[in-house]
Amino acid sequence: MEEEKETTTTTTKKKQCFWTWALASVIFRLVLIHFSRNLNLASRPEVSTPLTSLRRLAEGYWLKQSSISPYAGSMYHGSPLLLSILGPLTVQRGEGQYNHLICSLLFVIADFMTAVLIRATGQNLQMAYNQSLKSLGIVRLLERSEMLASGDIAALVYLWNPLTIVTCVGSSTSPIENLVIVLSLYGACRRLVPLAAFGWVIATHLSLYPAILIVPLILILGYGPDSPRRKLFQQRASIKVGENPSTDIHYQQKELASQPMLPLRFSWRLVVHFILWASLWSCYVLLLCGISVRQYGGLGEMFKSTYGFILTVPDLSPNIGVLWYFFAEVFDYFRNFFLIVFHVNILFMILPLAIRLNHRPCFLAFVYIAISSLLKSYPSVGDSALYLGLLGLFVEELADMQFSFFLFCGYVGISFLSPVMHNLWIWRGTGNANFYFATAMAYACFQIILVVESVSAMLNHDRMLRKLSIMKP
Amino acid sequence: MAAVLRFLIAVLLFSSIATASLSQEEEEFSEELLLKPLADRKVLAHFHFESKAPPTRTYGHHHRLFPKALYQLVQKFRIREMELSFTQGRWNYERWGGFDPISSSNAKPPGVELWAVFDVPHDLVDASWKNLTHTLSGLFCASINFLESSTAYSAPDWGFQPFSGSLRYGSLPREAVCTENLTPWLKLLPCRDKAGLATLMDRPSIYRGFYHSQRLRLSSTEFGSTEVESGIALDQTLTVVLQPTTSHRASMTYSSDSVLQPSWSLSSIFGRKVSGRCVLANSSNVYVQVERGLMSELKILHAEDEGSGADNLTFEKTWNNPGFELSIAPNRVIKEVNILHDETSIVLYEYLIDNYSNSEPFDLGFTWKFPVVWSSPQAPLHASRFLMGSGNERGAIAISLKATEPSDGLWFADTIENSCMLRFNVFQVVPWYVRVYFHTLQVFVDGKPQSVTDFIERMRISPSEDKVSPGVMEMALKLPCCVKSVTLTLEFDKGFLHIDEYPPDANQGFDIPSAVISFPDFHASMHFLKDDSLNKSPLLSKFQIPRRLVGLVSCYPSCLLS
Repeated sequence: MEEEKETTTTTTKKKQCFWTWALASVIFRLVLIHFSRNLNLASRPEVSTPLTSLRRLAEGYWLKQSSISPYAGSMYHGSPLLLSILGPLTVQRGEGQYNHLICSLLFVIADFMTAVLIRATGQNLQMAYNQSLKSLGIVRLLERSEMLASGDIAALVYLWNPLTIVTCVGSSTSPIENLVIVLSLYGACRRLVPLAAFGWVIATHLSLYPAILIVPLILILGYGPDSPRRKLFQQRASIKVGENPSTDIHYQQKELASQPMLPLRFSWRLVVHFILWASLWSCYVLLLCGISVRQYGGLGEMFKSTYGFILTVPDLSPNIGVLWYFFAEVFDYFRNFFLIVFHVNILFMILPLAIRLNHRPCFLAFVYIAISSLLKSYPSVGDSALYLGLLGLFVEELADMQFSFFLFCGYVGISFLSPVMHNLWIWRGTGNANFYFATAMAYACFQIILVVESVSAMLNHDRMLRKLSIMKP
Repeated sequence: MAAVLRFLIAVLLFSSIATASLSQEEEEFSEELLLKPLADRKVLAHFHFESKAPPTRTYGHHHRLFPKALYQLVQKFRIREMELSFTQGRWNYERWGGFDPISSSNAKPPGVELWAVFDVPHDLVDASWKNLTHTLSGLFCASINFLESSTAYSAPDWGFQPFSGSLRYGSLPREAVCTENLTPWLKLLPCRDKAGLATLMDRPSIYRGFYHSQRLRLSSTEFGSTEVESGIALDQTLTVVLQPTTSHRASMTYSSDSVLQPSWSLSSIFGRKVSGRCVLANSSNVYVQVERGLMSELKILHAEDEGSGADNLTFEKTWNNPGFELSIAPNRVIKEVNILHDETSIVLYEYLIDNYSNSEPFDLGFTWKFPVVWSSPQAPLHASRFLMGSGNERGAIAISLKATEPSDGLWFADTIENSCMLRFNVFQVVPWYVRVYFHTLQVFVDGKPQSVTDFIERMRISPSEDKVSPGVMEMALKLPCCVKSVTLTLEFDKGFLHIDEYPPDANQGFDIPSAVISFPDFHASMHFLKDDSLNKSPLLSKFQIPRRLVGLVSCYPSCLLS
C-alpha cells in the first residue's frame, strides 16, 4: 500500500510536470505561428514536400473551385478528403488572414493529440511490459523502470522536437499524417480494433507508406504489445513446472493462461476483426473519394496522381531524401528498374524484421516508420519527427544504445548544415546540387545508423533478459 | 502588304488605286517594299510578297508561280491558316510605334513562332500539328520540330485569336535566326532573290539590323469552310530595322541642339540597287511612308519657313519639302484622309519599279534637310513582363501594362455602359518547369491590390502537367479608361529537370514564351501588341560529379540490409 501511495504521488507530480511542458510547447507553437510569415517555413524543402505542401493544396482547392480537376496540372497530389477539409481554410480573405490561423491551429491540435496518444500508448506499453517482466521475475529491471515514464518522455520528445515544431509551424499536412499513424498504433495497443483500422486506412490513404504498418498492427493485435521473447515465458513455465511438485502444475498453467498481456497464442479473432474493419473503412474512404472526384476523372485519376506520383517520383525538386538526385541523373532507360529497386527495398525489409522482432510489434512499427521515412520518395522532417518521438517509447530498452551522442550531434549538425547548403545552392548560386545532396546523404546515413543501432540495442536487451531469466529462475 | 492594304482601305481613301481586275482563275504574285524613317534615326524596310493560287477544284494541281512545297503542305495537313515567323531582336514599341499595321501584325516575339488552324476533326489536330512541325523544320532548316513535343505547344481557346477552334500555337523563344532560314524562304518566291525587290536582300546588311523578322502566312479556303473559294494565299514578309550609316553630313549639328537624321538611300542601307522588277510579278512597287507625327512636325517647320497662309495640300503633295528630299519623284502620292486627324495625315510615296531596268537601276535616296524630332503612334497600353524574386527555387511573373499617352480616338467608349472601358486579352503560355500557382493571381490597379473578379471578365486556365503539357492562361480583362497601370502577378516554383532535359547551355537560363496581348475592340483586332520581354529564369543547377555519387546512392540501402 505504501509503495502504491508513493507511486501515485510521483505519478501525479509527473503528470503535472508533463502537462505544463505540453502546454508550454503548444504556447511556443502559437507564438511561432504568429511570426510564421516572417519565418517562411512553408516553402522550405525540408518541411513541405510536393505531397504535404499546403500551398499546393491551396492550388488544388482553387482549381477545384474553378471546376477543374484538382489533380490537373501536377500541382496537388494529396487526398481529395484533405482537400475538402483543409481547402476552405487556405482561401485568403483580405486583411484578416483568419482562415490561415485556423489552419495552423488545426495543425497544433493535431500535434498535441499525437503527443497525447503517444503518451497513452507509452503508458499502455509500459504497463504490459512491467507485467510481463514481473511474470518473468526480473525485478531488478523493474526498479529502474519506475523512474522513467516512457510515455511522457516520448510525448515530450515529440512535442519539443524542433523538427516537429518546424513542421507544425511550416503548415504542411504531415502533422495530420503523423496523427493518424499514431492513432492506429494507439488503437492497436488498446485493442480498439475499429480505431486501429481507421488510423491505418487513413494513414495509407494519405501517404501510401504506412500500408506496411499492417504487419506490426496485426502482431500487436495478435500477440499484444511489446514483451520479452515468448520463448522465455515457455522456458520459465517449463522450469517452474519442473521445479514445483505436480500439485502446483495446474495452478501455474492457469496463472500463465489467465495473464491477458502474455498471450502465447495468436489471437486470430482480433486480427480478423481488424481486417474486416480495415476493409470497411477503406470502402468508406474510397466511396467518399469517389464522390468528391466524380466529375474529375474518378478514382483512377486520383490513384494516378497520388500513389502514382509517390511511386514514379516524377517531381525532382530537391528534398532531404536521396531519390531526387538519383532520378535527376539516372538514364531514362534504367529509370523503371531503379524505381522498382528503391521501392522493393522497403518491402524486402518487412519480412526479416517482422520475424526477428515479432515479439516487439511496437518497436517493429518504429523501425518500419524509420525505414520508410528514409527510403520514401518525398521525405520531410515531419517523418523524422514521428519516429524520433516513437523512439522515446523504448527509452528503457534502448538505454544501452551505442552512438547515441554521435547520432544526436549528427542530427543537429545536419539540421543546421542542410539549410545552409540549400541557401548556397539555390539562392546564392555559389554552391551546387552536390553541396545539398551531401547533407541529404549524411542525413540518410545517420538514419541508417539510428535504425541499425536501435535494432541491435533492442536485440541485446532481449539477450540480457534471457540471461537474467535463466540465471534467476 | 496585305495588312497594310487592309489598313489603308479601312482608313485611307485612295486617289486611284490600280484595282486590276482580279480574275479568280489566275495565279498572282506581287511584290512590295515599304520604307519608313523611324523616330530614332533608323529605317524600317518591310518587304511583302504575295502569291495567290486559285482553288484546286477549278484550277487543278499544277501551278506556275505558287510554290509547290507549300501547296502540298496545305493539301496534306489541311491547313486553313498558318503563320510562321522567325525573328531576331525585339520590336521597340515605344520608338518604332505600336499602333500601325506594321507593328501590330509584323512585330513578332523573338525566336520562332508558329500557329496553325487545321481543317481536320478534333482528334487529328495534334497529329497534323506534329507532322506539320516536322515538315516545316525540313523546309526551313530550323528546329521547328521541337514544337512537336506536347510540352512546347498549346491549344488556345479564345485568348490568342477569337475564332480559334482547332488552333495550335507554339513558339521557340531561343531559336537563332540566320541566313539558312532566309534562303529556303526566298526559294518560295518565283524570282528568288535574282530579280525584283528581293535582290535588295543582301545578307550582311539585313542581318546587321536591329530587328529582323521574316514571316510566312498561309491562308486557304480549299476545304470548303467558307462559301467564297479564293484558293490559297501566301504572304511572305520580311521586316528589318536598319541603321543607316552616318555620313559626314550627319555630324553637322544645328542650332537647336538636335542632330540631323542620317540620310539614306537603298544602296547605302542594303548595299544594292533594284535593277528592275521580277517579270513574273503583277505589280512591283516601293512605298515610302511618312508618319503622322513627322508630317505634323514638318508642317510646323513649313509654316515657320513660308510664313502663314501656305497651302497645306500642295505642301503634302510635294516630295521635296523643307524637312527632307526624295531623290526620285514618286509616281504617285497617297494621302490618308482621316476624320479624326484632319490636320495631319500619313503620306505614302509610291514608286513603280516597272520603269527601271538593269541599265537604269532604282536607287531611292532620302535626304534630310533639317533636324526633325517626332514620335510614333503608341498602342493604348505599353506591356512589359518581368520576373520577381531571386534564387532558383521560386519567383513570380508579373505582366505590367501601362497606359500610354491617351490620344483621342484610341479610347473608344463602351457605348453600352456609358463609361469608357478598355478590353484586352492576355494570352500567356508557360513551360511546365515553371509551375505557376494560379491561386496566387493578383491584380494591382494603379499599384493597389484589387479583387481579381472585378477586372477579369473571364479566364481560362489549363495548368501545366509535368513533362506533358505547358500551362496556358487566357484572360479577358476590362478596365476603366482612367486606369494608369495594371499589373498581374503570379507566383511560381521552378521545376527541376532531369539531366537529359537541360538545353545545351543551361546557365543562360530558360526563356518563357512571350505573352500576347490583344485588343479585341480595336478595328477587328488590327491592333495587336506583343510584349517585349523575354524572361530569363536561370533554372538550375550544375550536376558536376554525376556518376560517382550515383554509385554512392545505390550502395547505401545495402548497408542498411547488412
